[in-house]
Amino acid sequence: MKKPRSSAWRRFALGLPYAWLLAFFLVPFVIVLKISLSQTAIAQPPYTPVLDPIAGWQGLKAFYGALSLDNYRLLAFDPLYLLSYVKSIEIAAFSTLLLLAIGFPIAYAIARTPRRWQAVLVLLTVLPFWTSLLIRIYSWMNILQREGPLNELLMALHLVNEPPAWLATDTAIFIGVVYSYLPFMVLPLYATLEKLDESLLEAAADLGCPRWKIFWLVMLPLSSSGMLAGVLLCFIPIVGEFVIPDLLGGSQSPMIGQTIWMEFFGNRDWPVASAVAVVLVCLLVTPIIIYQHQAMRVVEQE
Amino acid sequence: MRKVSGVNVAALILGMAFLYLPIAVLVIYSFNASRLVAVWGGWSTHWYAELFNDEPLVDAAIVSLRLALASATAATMLGTLAALALARFGRFRGRLPFAAMIYAPLVMPEVITGLSLLLLFVTIAVDRGFWTVAVAHTTMAMCFVTVIVQSRLSDFDTSVEEAAADLGASPLRTFLSVTLPLIAPAIAAAWMLAFALSLDDLVIASFTTGPGTTTLPIRIYSEVRLGVKPEMNAVCSIMVAVVGVAVIIASLLAKLAGARGAAARI
Repeated sequence: MKKPRSSAWRRFALGLPYAWLLAFFLVPFVIVLKISLSQTAIAQPPYTPVLDPIAGWQGLKAFYGALSLDNYRLLAFDPLYLLSYVKSIEIAAFSTLLLLAIGFPIAYAIARTPRRWQAVLVLLTVLPFWTSLLIRIYSWMNILQREGPLNELLMALHLVNEPPAWLATDTAIFIGVVYSYLPFMVLPLYATLEKLDESLLEAAADLGCPRWKIFWLVMLPLSSSGMLAGVLLCFIPIVGEFVIPDLLGGSQSPMIGQTIWMEFFGNRDWPVASAVAVVLVCLLVTPIIIYQHQAMRVVEQE
Repeated sequence: MRKVSGVNVAALILGMAFLYLPIAVLVIYSFNASRLVAVWGGWSTHWYAELFNDEPLVDAAIVSLRLALASATAATMLGTLAALALARFGRFRGRLPFAAMIYAPLVMPEVITGLSLLLLFVTIAVDRGFWTVAVAHTTMAMCFVTVIVQSRLSDFDTSVEEAAADLGASPLRTFLSVTLPLIAPAIAAAWMLAFALSLDDLVIASFTTGPGTTTLPIRIYSEVRLGVKPEMNAVCSIMVAVVGVAVIIASLLAKLAGARGAAARI
């Protein structure tokens, strides 16, 4: 490998996307942080305090002194926000477990089919992901409505006497989340299971290890990196999910994505919405860093 | 030859049924003649015909297509450059924060991305509308493009590029006449996926749009919030068909890219 030379082309190829991400990914976060520390003013920019660059050090001091933690105090003392965070994390944790339980057998089955089928099965798993989340959730609204196909089926099979209400329940949220995120769980699991050396499983079986123990002692540890990737890839975005709970869930206890949306579009309280978002990022920062670490390691290995 | 066990077949069938039945139900109901969505009234293409008379809906579809075109193109250019930097430029200074900014948007909840971009646009006082949504979609989609193109770049042997450099080609020339043709199918696939991402997005567009710019998902969302509607079944079925065809083409292109990558190795 030649020593990389610095050229105009290299500076351009690196500089342009770098500048773009700084401007449209990093700087916006700093602005959110700043506005979350502003006094509440209903959709009325500019939010005080405004940093005056001409005033120099004095200006900076005045700016710093005027920042307030009022919005965060509101979050801490109003149970609405606390409940919202707790509910989001509960839903995300439980549905990630469900996804793992459902995704593992599917990923394993794909990894065990003949090679030429695998590519097709992987494509079939990913395909629904590329149709809009909105549409996929809407299709569940069709199915889960009171006189919908699911209830008709249940009634026809005499499993229920009364058509149960599915919409506006947490069950509907779980169904929607599991449905929408299944490809994100199956793909990383498949990627590790596909590389899994089958002779290890056979060796364990030959030595008289019962099947459940092979699964527990050999297969799970060997597929842990794929499980971690799948869990993070699902858990992090589910916590902030908006469309699924909004269309399928009830209105009495919103998830945190809905709370941000409501503060923003309903109450027009942008500083509080920003504070809610900052706390959410803080909650997610650890899983995000683990995820990035994992993703980069995979890429460097290639 | 591997043997496929009965349990595995069952897992596959159940899994695929779970993934595809809801979409099938949606498409079937879109051909329902009855206005009551739950009551089957025979086959009809009535709701499809109705769509084209719904002017706001058609307008929103046109906005969404223009938006997807613009943002997918910009995202593909930026994402390809970023992938090149990550895959070929070695350990440059600032690589870690750069990689972090590429990977974070992939999992960042959309409400946060949308909110932060909106506050940026408000702070710099630009009028929100088509171009602010385009910038937002570009930012989101370029990271997906980077990941796809980067994995293709690390797939093939760098010796072809080194040969070009040794023969005196400038880095730009090497990229244009050696690297680019080799990764072209991956870039095409990435463009299509960026297109689909933009066409699908509701949350980020809702935050970053302004009065007068309504995308198709925003329009659909405001209709379906209140319940299931037959026209919406029809419009959603059309979108499913469009995206389905695009993704199948994209994956065929990716396959072609794989074949070319293998050829480059030989």
